[in-house]
Amino acid sequence: MRTLDGFTNRIWLAMAGKKSPWGDKNGGPGRGSNEPTGDGDGKSGDKTRGPRNPWLPPGSSGNDGRRSPNIEDIFKNRGPEGPRRSGGGGPGGPNFRFPQRPGGKSWFPIAVIGIIALGLVATSVHLVGPQQQAVVKTLGNFTRTMEPGLNFSAPFPIEIVDVEDVQGVRTERIPGSDSQVKLILTGDQNLVDLSYIVRWNISDLAAFKFNVVDPVETVKEAAEAAMRASVAETELDETFSGQGRAAIEQDVRERMQRTLDSYRAGVRVLGVEIEKADPPAQVVDAFRDVQVAEQNADANRNQARGYAQQVLAQAQGEAEAFDKVYEEYRLAPEVTRQRLYYETMERVLSQTPKTIVETDNVTPYLPLPEIRRRADQSQQQQQRPSTTVTAPEGQ
Amino acid sequence: MSTFVQDHRNTLIVIGLAIIALMLSAYVVPEEEQAVVIRTGEPIGTVNTPNGSSNAGIYLRMPFVDSVRRIEKRLLDLEMNDEEVLSADQQRLLVNAYARFRIVDPVRMVERAGTTDGVRNALEPILNSVLRQELGRRTFQSMLTAERGSALANVRTNLDRQARQYGAEVVDVKIMRTDLPEAPLQSAFRRMESDREREARTIRAQGSRDARIIRADADAESASIYADAFGKDPEFYDFYRAMQSYDATFAAENGGAESNIILSPDNEYLRQFRGRR
Repeated sequence: MRTLDGFTNRIWLAMAGKKSPWGDKNGGPGRGSNEPTGDGDGKSGDKTRGPRNPWLPPGSSGNDGRRSPNIEDIFKNRGPEGPRRSGGGGPGGPNFRFPQRPGGKSWFPIAVIGIIALGLVATSVHLVGPQQQAVVKTLGNFTRTMEPGLNFSAPFPIEIVDVEDVQGVRTERIPGSDSQVKLILTGDQNLVDLSYIVRWNISDLAAFKFNVVDPVETVKEAAEAAMRASVAETELDETFSGQGRAAIEQDVRERMQRTLDSYRAGVRVLGVEIEKADPPAQVVDAFRDVQVAEQNADANRNQARGYAQQVLAQAQGEAEAFDKVYEEYRLAPEVTRQRLYYETMERVLSQTPKTIVETDNVTPYLPLPEIRRRADQSQQQQQRPSTTVTAPEGQ
Repeated sequence: MSTFVQDHRNTLIVIGLAIIALMLSAYVVPEEEQAVVIRTGEPIGTVNTPNGSSNAGIYLRMPFVDSVRRIEKRLLDLEMNDEEVLSADQQRLLVNAYARFRIVDPVRMVERAGTTDGVRNALEPILNSVLRQELGRRTFQSMLTAERGSALANVRTNLDRQARQYGAEVVDVKIMRTDLPEAPLQSAFRRMESDREREARTIRAQGSRDARIIRADADAESASIYADAFGKDPEFYDFYRAMQSYDATFAAENGGAESNIILSPDNEYLRQFRGRR
């Protein structure tokens, strides 16, 4: 080591010479710079006088000011974490070090103890929300449940507290939104496309946690089994009607509850709602046609009823009119009859071309072409809109 | 500090060894699990079994010699894939069932099946065959409806008998789905369709029948109204109606102008026309 020091020193001297900008720390400024030093001067004498080696740590500038740095010097002030632990670098971050206690000891153990204590407190105080409950396992063994409020337990590894929302209503939609249409067989071997929602919550948290492996999946499966069993006992048309649906919903709820109770799953089924009960898409046209047929039949009936009203009203009206005239007629039968006869004839004959054959011995000759011509004329006349014809309606 | 270590060196070593020994020998059985302690391949004890005397908690074992096998204590599910089942009346049906079981005899389970998955693997074919057997005896209709309850009870009993050999207890067997395979499904659709067509036709026919009846009723009623009114004096009705009829027939709107009327002098209307003779 020492020989190596000497060797490096010599190189150092050869490079820096006497005009070292750092001067001589030990001697006066004049002395160090003025004294001539030859190449072959004693190394030991130079060591004390030469300019201070900047690479040496400041504390080591004792007698051997011009000693070159060795590897130990470089690492002397460096902690195990690397070069930033101490020594150089800017102010702040890199120079991090735990603040020291007044006694000169480190805060480190105190901090560790503090963090552990904080962890212990955090895992032993439990705020259980109003809808929640918690199960406490003491070294794995279920010991008690926590009710809503502030609760205390032994800290983490000893007691494990599992908080769960028990009152909150959970909903399961079956079939799930992703899956394709699920058809269910009905009692009359038809198929119905059914989707429904199950609402449930937890009635017994300990049972919920410790009796069934996957309670949520269990609820779903129980629901599906119950729904299929229930629908299989109803006819297709009942599944579409509101009343039938209500019955199914009730039935499924009871079945599910029974199943889950037999598993001691700690689940309370609050309700089952059929969201949609439709005929399968493949036959939906036929189902629509039934509705159309119903409309058609109703329309048919309505038309008939309209006709009936019309016919009856007409009959009543005519009968009433006849009755009125008849009353009149009975008062003076002969005169009334004559009057009606003449009035009618007047109306009829006033608008009609007439031929009256008066004399007995004149052979009636019908001028048919003439009649035809007149008829044509009259037709043209009639077609003229200005021609007004008094309507011979009524009496 | 260093003096403390030197003074209590032996104590510290003992404490350290004790901690290591504790870590090696203590084991926690949580509430959800049961455990079988196996010493050199022989089960020598159980912890937290159903109906057992010990509860969940922390227990000790001989380090290195004893091994602890943890087994699920909660209810497990055994799912079956869709299976085509042939009913007694030769109809095919896709059945999907599930069973729920729990391990009641963990020692036997460890010996016979190893793990719960082993139990599942052993029970699944049994469930399949038992289900086929039981449902195959029933007609398609009874598979669907109430009778399947008793069928499933039989399946459960049979499966449970088999499962006992593996230390498991079958709590429940349920049919989750019964579906029609593709070909019967299509024919079911056709049947449903024709069924609806029949219904639609019936409804339409009923509608037109009702309409006809309503019209006929109205006609009959109006006839009776007419009869009631006109029956009072048929002779006058004849005259009255004739007058109305002439009006209607020869009215200008009905082409009355086209009519040529040739009146005989004997006509009643012209009685006065001739003057008194």
